Amino acid sequence: MPAPGAGPLRLSLRNRELFYLVVVGVITGVGFASVYIADKERISGASLTYAVFFFALYLAAHIVARLTVPLADPYVLPIAALLTAVGLTEIYRLGQTDAVKQATWVVIGVVVFAVALIGLRRDYRLLENYKYLFGLVAIGLLFMPLVPGLGETVNGARLWIHVAGFQFQPGELGKIALVIFLAAYLREKREVLAAGRLKDWGPLLVIWGGAMLVLFATDDLGSALLYYGIFLGLLYAATARIAFVAAGVGLFLAGAVAVYQGTPHVRDRVANWLHPWTTTKVLCPTNGLMEYRQDCQSYQEVQSFYSIAHGGFGGTGLGNGTFQTASGHQIIPALNTDFIYSALAQELGLIGAAGLLLVYMVFVLRGFRISLFAGDGFSKLLAAGLTFGFALQTFIIVGGILRVIPLTGITLPLVSYGGSSIVSNFLVLAGLMLVSNRANADLGAAR
Amino acid sequence: MNRQLNRLAVVAVVLLTVLIGATTYWQAWAAGDMKAKQDNAIQRVVQFTIARGLIYGANGKTIFAANVKKKASGNTLYFRRYPHGGLAAQTIGYSTSARAQTGLEESLNDYLTGSNTNLSGAFHNLLNRLGQATVRGDALHLTIRPGVQSLAQRLLGTRCGAVVAMNIHTGALYVMASSPTYNLNEVENNGGYARILKIRGDCQGASALYNRTTQGLYTPGSTFKMVTAAAALDTGAFTPNSTFYDPGYCTEYGQQVSNAGNPDQGGREVFGHLNLSTAFEHSVNSVFCNIGKQLGAKTILDYAKRFGFYRVPSLELPGNEKYASGLYKYTRRGRVLTDDASKADPGRLAFGQWTMLVTPLQMAMVAAAIANGGVVPRPYLVQKITGPDGSTIKRARPQSLGRAIKPQTAAELNQMMQLVVQGGTGTHAQIPGVAVAGKTGTAETGVDHIYTAWFACFAPADHPQYAVAVVLEKQENGFGGAVSAPIAKQVLEALLGR
Repeated sequence: MPAPGAGPLRLSLRNRELFYLVVVGVITGVGFASVYIADKERISGASLTYAVFFFALYLAAHIVARLTVPLADPYVLPIAALLTAVGLTEIYRLGQTDAVKQATWVVIGVVVFAVALIGLRRDYRLLENYKYLFGLVAIGLLFMPLVPGLGETVNGARLWIHVAGFQFQPGELGKIALVIFLAAYLREKREVLAAGRLKDWGPLLVIWGGAMLVLFATDDLGSALLYYGIFLGLLYAATARIAFVAAGVGLFLAGAVAVYQGTPHVRDRVANWLHPWTTTKVLCPTNGLMEYRQDCQSYQEVQSFYSIAHGGFGGTGLGNGTFQTASGHQIIPALNTDFIYSALAQELGLIGAAGLLLVYMVFVLRGFRISLFAGDGFSKLLAAGLTFGFALQTFIIVGGILRVIPLTGITLPLVSYGGSSIVSNFLVLAGLMLVSNRANADLGAAR
Repeated sequence: MNRQLNRLAVVAVVLLTVLIGATTYWQAWAAGDMKAKQDNAIQRVVQFTIARGLIYGANGKTIFAANVKKKASGNTLYFRRYPHGGLAAQTIGYSTSARAQTGLEESLNDYLTGSNTNLSGAFHNLLNRLGQATVRGDALHLTIRPGVQSLAQRLLGTRCGAVVAMNIHTGALYVMASSPTYNLNEVENNGGYARILKIRGDCQGASALYNRTTQGLYTPGSTFKMVTAAAALDTGAFTPNSTFYDPGYCTEYGQQVSNAGNPDQGGREVFGHLNLSTAFEHSVNSVFCNIGKQLGAKTILDYAKRFGFYRVPSLELPGNEKYASGLYKYTRRGRVLTDDASKADPGRLAFGQWTMLVTPLQMAMVAAAIANGGVVPRPYLVQKITGPDGSTIKRARPQSLGRAIKPQTAAELNQMMQLVVQGGTGTHAQIPGVAVAGKTGTAETGVDHIYTAWFACFAPADHPQYAVAVVLEKQENGFGGAVSAPIAKQVLEALLGR
């Protein structure tokens, strides 16, 4: 029963969303067109249908939003669309077969998004009631790759599982479950936690211990950092006690040092970060020979720096970048997953790369705005946790590529190739739209 | 809770801002350093997307370096091919996919890749890149005459040595032959580089990669008498008619330095009374030994410097592929140039033994300066550089390195050098109808009967145009006048169009 006066607002919000989606559709079309122009000999004009297909897909998402969350923030969906479009265009440019798979995953993502909106359109806050279940699910998903016969080690980290021919990174979905658990638990216990009552800390310490165990067991530094960052961020938001964050950071550093001592894989990552180039030859573990580090362990990172640097100010242009040697070998491995940012930075240049990061920034600011305007503690923490996780994940992967922090393999939200990443980030999007729809409805009702 | 949320939002924004800053660092600040890294796999490919400029011979038709177009992974790539693989190989140099470069391919890489252009050229290149047109480099038009170069290389054959020929007025280098040579196309073939390293020529000496015209440092032997005689005449201490008594030896530091060991001396072993001109004609060591003692090593070295010794020649080759001539000493750090005259033996220096080491290019410059009335021409290899549209970007402007000797001295030396060819040690360089002026040299190598055979000359002696220097390494009983002079003669004939 919308209050009088809510009518025009509702129309305006969704129509704005539609307008921005049209803009994104045009940008997508231009992107695919430039890839096509750059490589006419290999690519058929049919590639342009990608843009049309893509626009239709997001139009469907828009219609679902119009029906289920009419008062939701009108910016987040078009921004998510823009990011997926940028990712898909670059993935398409790097290889058509992966692009088809990625497009399929985007379809699945939109379906999951629609299901989440439809399922939770009345009241998503019922999730709060299942908080311990979500906590268990988060831990369970994290440990899944460790199950024998299910997990697989990629790049020294064990974070993939194989089910019926499908590769899946359960850690990505675990992130969502963790945020739901934390938001619900912290909403309930924030006062007693702030007072420092020890027994209420139990579940949180379990999570900390879990994250650290996962770190030890899977060598997945990136996910551990992400989980732990979300945990600390939400803990601070709920309790306003900066001392907790300081203690948490201290514990994390202690754990990290222990891992550094105990895990050669982690020591390598740190060495690659501190000294990617060596002037003397060091032992190369992959072939047992003495090599310059830039020719062995840090090869990926260093070639990625070259890729970014080659983009310069204006970039080479979409489709014009150099990613293969003269004999046709790919220079940077994992280019469309972990290193998609260095591909984009080369082709779009500083203008495009900074623009992309600004788009992330707008998404993050909209997310926090939704959190600020939300009416209840759970909604606030939920939106803030999803948004902060999104920002932190971007920082961990791009910061790793840019040598701000040691590199850890993790996906760039909505842009990287990878199904689990796409699906989980569509859930982030759904969560933010649900929260903002409710907040705007409450505001309209209050008016 | 909103206060905390605001702060959390600030943290998130700061994190993303750091990323923008770091991206700026890599793409603006560090971009140049990254491009220069040897292991940059992208640059290794990008270099092939540029059509390197062609390298032409002096006739404008012969192409020393061309490109072969290939399609690979959506890019049009241009690979270097050298249609005359072994012709002037060391001077042309190579440019490989591993970004190893030598010769003019290295030193003029900026022109060849079109990156050393003026503002409008840079703008044009930018438009090309955006429009996906190929960036084309500038073409080099060399002074090398392919026909004569080819003849010189054929004459050298498998013998180790070098031939340099130049225009005595302008310094334009017509021949830069270094033997043994190698096929530039072989460098990138599988195992090709290793095969090139095995090419040693008859001398079993330094590698074929080595440019003997500018990197070969040889004992000059009697060809250095050109410098000593120039100093003797130019200082006014002697005239061509100054008389000497040759007892068959010269006394240095109380020891006799005998003519008998002088392989280059033409005629009798003991000449008795003779003048400077005759001593030059027959390359009599004892006379030059006494001149050296009288002038002192410092004066001789000063004159050598006027001819360009002690300076790395300014021609367009890379800095590490050309050496200065002069006295060398051996230290723990290797061979180093020294002009400390107090340590030099003036008598032996005067007839070109001692520790004097010279390049064939330097000896050609000495002959050219004498031919040019005493003014040393600055040697160069690139006549002009043209842009992709054919417009001239740079044209060589012949320069001199200054006056070495007075015109009078040069004229007297010219006469003396003509006598060498007419009836002295260099008669094998005679060309019917053309007056040739030259000087032989047969330097001891430290091994009995194995010599470094020299001939430096110019022609026509009455209206000089071309100077030629020839050196042959490790010649068994091979005297400059016998083995090197005939090569110089044929090169001169080709240059004169005979």
